[in-house]
Amino acid sequence: MSTTTGEAEKQAEVAGIRAKRRARVAWAFLTPALIVTAFVALYPLCDTLYLSLTNTRLGSEEPARFVGLSNYVELAHDGFFLDALLLTVLFAVITVVLELALGLGIALLLDARFKGRSAVRAAMLVPWAIPTAVSTQMWKWMYNDVYGVFNDVLVNRLGLLSEPIAFTADPRTSLPAAVLVDVWKTTPFVALLLLAGLQLIPRELYEAARVDGATRLQAFTRITLPLLRPALLVALVFRTLDALRVFDVFYVMFGSRPDMQTLATYAHEILVSISDVGYGSAVSTAIFLVIAVFIVIYIALFQRRDT
Amino acid sequence: MKARGVARRAAFGMAVVFLVVYLVFPFGWALVSSFKTNAELFSLPARFWPEHPTLEHYRRVLANDDFLRAALNSVLVASSVTLVSLAIGALAAFALGRYRFRGRSLVLYVILSMTLFPQIAVLGALFQLVNALGLYNRLPALTLTYLVFTLPFTIWVLTGFLEAVPVEIEEAAYMDGASPLQLFAKIMLPLAAPGMVTTGLLSFIAAWNELLFALSFMQTPDKRTVTHAILSFSATTSSAFEVPWGQMMAASVLVTTPLVLLALVFQRRIIAGLTAGAVKG
Amino acid sequence: MPPPRVPRAERHAGARLVFYAESVGIGAAIDRALARRFALDTGAIVDVVLRPRDATETYASYQRLFQARSADVDVLSLDIVWPGIFAPHLLDLGAALGGLAATHLEAAIKNDTVQGRLVAMPYFTDFGMLYYRSDLLQKYGYDAPPATWDELEGMARTIQGGERARSRSFAGFVWQGKAYEGLTCNALEWIHSYGGGAILEGREPTVENPRAAQALARFHGFVGTISPVGVTGYEEEDARNVFQGGNAAFMRNWPYAYAAGNTKGSRIEGRFDVAPLPHEPGYESSAILGGWTLGVSRYSRFPDAAVAFVGYLCSPEVQRFRALVGGYIPTIPAVQSDPDVARVLPFLERVRGATLVARPSNQAGARYNEVSIAFYQGVSKALYGTDPEKALEQIARRIRRSLR
Repeated sequence: MSTTTGEAEKQAEVAGIRAKRRARVAWAFLTPALIVTAFVALYPLCDTLYLSLTNTRLGSEEPARFVGLSNYVELAHDGFFLDALLLTVLFAVITVVLELALGLGIALLLDARFKGRSAVRAAMLVPWAIPTAVSTQMWKWMYNDVYGVFNDVLVNRLGLLSEPIAFTADPRTSLPAAVLVDVWKTTPFVALLLLAGLQLIPRELYEAARVDGATRLQAFTRITLPLLRPALLVALVFRTLDALRVFDVFYVMFGSRPDMQTLATYAHEILVSISDVGYGSAVSTAIFLVIAVFIVIYIALFQRRDT
Repeated sequence: MKARGVARRAAFGMAVVFLVVYLVFPFGWALVSSFKTNAELFSLPARFWPEHPTLEHYRRVLANDDFLRAALNSVLVASSVTLVSLAIGALAAFALGRYRFRGRSLVLYVILSMTLFPQIAVLGALFQLVNALGLYNRLPALTLTYLVFTLPFTIWVLTGFLEAVPVEIEEAAYMDGASPLQLFAKIMLPLAAPGMVTTGLLSFIAAWNELLFALSFMQTPDKRTVTHAILSFSATTSSAFEVPWGQMMAASVLVTTPLVLLALVFQRRIIAGLTAGAVKG
Repeated sequence: MPPPRVPRAERHAGARLVFYAESVGIGAAIDRALARRFALDTGAIVDVVLRPRDATETYASYQRLFQARSADVDVLSLDIVWPGIFAPHLLDLGAALGGLAATHLEAAIKNDTVQGRLVAMPYFTDFGMLYYRSDLLQKYGYDAPPATWDELEGMARTIQGGERARSRSFAGFVWQGKAYEGLTCNALEWIHSYGGGAILEGREPTVENPRAAQALARFHGFVGTISPVGVTGYEEEDARNVFQGGNAAFMRNWPYAYAAGNTKGSRIEGRFDVAPLPHEPGYESSAILGGWTLGVSRYSRFPDAAVAFVGYLCSPEVQRFRALVGGYIPTIPAVQSDPDVARVLPFLERVRGATLVARPSNQAGARYNEVSIAFYQGVSKALYGTDPEKALEQIARRIRRSLR
């Protein structure tokens, strides 16, 4: 009895030592990644939080002071920031809704088997692979107020308009112009994601539903949508986060135009053009908070449906 | 019944055709525009096909030293980021995929959340870091900072790959007296090769497409990457009356064609990588 | 006309300079030619980098290069409101170029002297003026350029209405409406000519006044009527391209557009003239004082060659050359009164009636750029339709934050 206990203890001890050694090996392999992560992500993140509580300015002679929450108080009264916040949220809501709807449509289309399907799937990668900065330039050329292909078609060919529109200069068409570029660029990603989700749904479920006399619409709402929810949630989260931090499209299309500033371009202006690192960090942190609010809302919505 | 089937198939076919046109039209239009003479570019009504196709815009773009330099810079930055993040990422993925230890899920959690946070959120702090390291207006600044978005993704996908390797293979290697390092280098790395190709491609494309950091950390024209250089085109090269749209489109085609080709050649891997990275999250 | 030789050239073989040069109009070509001449005469290679056309971007670039103590730039074009801000990063040119400086306008040298150090040398001076198509004014029966904004609006409307039959995109009045430093200059001229002040009084913003709001409301009204919708995205070159292409009746711009408009082959050669900018009845015609200076970075690896290059660019010979070829206004009085120069710059005489207005760089000090950004961003919003009073309130708030 005593020997077996001793043996077991010994074995446990050996196992413990081995586990410890294995853990040490694992940490050794992780070290480079941890150092890099700490260096370029964790430290800067904490630093940003800290800087947002100071009046740090790059290149300033005066030493930085701790100013508490005053940058955030200022934010709440900053008309430029509030307008940027409104525009960014509006942009996020519009693009995410459009991209999910369109992406779902495309995914359903491509879920069917047909000749040339893989060619179409390949074509989906074209908008995704082009750098946003470059594709925005391409769209700007199509939007050109005099020689753009859109005006050409609308005015000269179809006669729908009597005068060309300055799509990217006219305040009424500026936001839709940016939305279209983003939708074009990222809908394929959403569609591919949802397509992957669709292909996980067992075909037998549909057959069983058909046997039970369900219509196509019923099959869609009762089987497809519920089973696609995880993929939809992922697409929703990814797209919302990307839309809330949108920079490239607006920077390239509108430059420093104040009525078309998003949270990210505003933060960039404060950080880079003005070097007001304290206030700019507060704007950056605010972007973070806005994103957090959206995530909490999503989680709350999806959990309620679960229970 | 039959007529309905035909109509349905026709509608389906049209939807597919419309989809393809929608997806490739902007690139196609840039391509067509890049071969038009200035007279054709700036005439109304627009011509859908160049009547006198010309390579003039390409000739000018390729004679533009700043642009060539930018292309080289982008290649250097994107490849170095890819290599570094693959090397570091594979090591980390080996630890996370093959070992169970305390703190493992915390590490995974941190890495996952890194893929979600906005780059703009660390811009100010990174700028100070880059300055402190003396890397301002030096390409390695981009190699370093781009790891913010390439590394988490690489680790995440490669961990998934290495987790799937059967435990017997690992045990057999240890029986043969292999050290963890040998196990990693001789057995796990080859097994993870397909995953490395996928994540490598995605890292390369992400680095090639980046704008915010390139704009903020590089200054002089000889340090610009292609995304930044294309923006500066209209600001410095136009001495004529019109914005040089022809050259801009030619340059756009030049910097996107390699990516589009990569994406098409490796489409299966890329789609798998994109969806795997997301669905697991 | 070839660029002049470098006077008393010394050899600087082996030196390699990066020069952030003028990028607006034919300035780029002139600076390149001068750099080549300097290289020929001294052996120092000069890489000409065109600064971003948008002055605000140029400013941000310099600021970042200086923060990093970068040796990637040696000689810099500086807006006249910047020497005070960048002084700590600029070499004192006094010892080497003090003699040359004494021949320049005293006010210009004073502007470039910070705490006793001569940190920059004047390159050329600038002010805003009204360009008008003399042929079109005559055609529509006007015998003098407009003195007030009402007159300008009336004329622009009439001429635009008539000329649209010929060219669908003809515009009455073009100016610089993009959100950048140029808009600060434009809007300051409007507001000042409305009796609305000059942004800052001491460290306190003065923009929240009804006169300023009226000025902004008027220019918002111009957008889409006598000015194209796209004017809110125009820089100097955009405005010049429209005007020089024969597609506008009036333009607000700097003097460089004068020489450019009169080059051979220009569609408006000999068909335009200049006048002081309009004003509201009872107030003054106002012109922003602009201009550029040249400085040498403290972090330059070849300071001697860099200083010599600045000395060359600011020499009377080069100033005369730049005036004759590009219409740039010399900052050396002796060159200004040179008969050849006087002949190519007749507008110096014609705009004498305008009051020169300085941007508030003295009051704002190192924060000038922030104040300017706050100002033009707010003005731009008003041009896009934000209520002018609300826009001015936002400007004032942002300026207070910058100066606190």
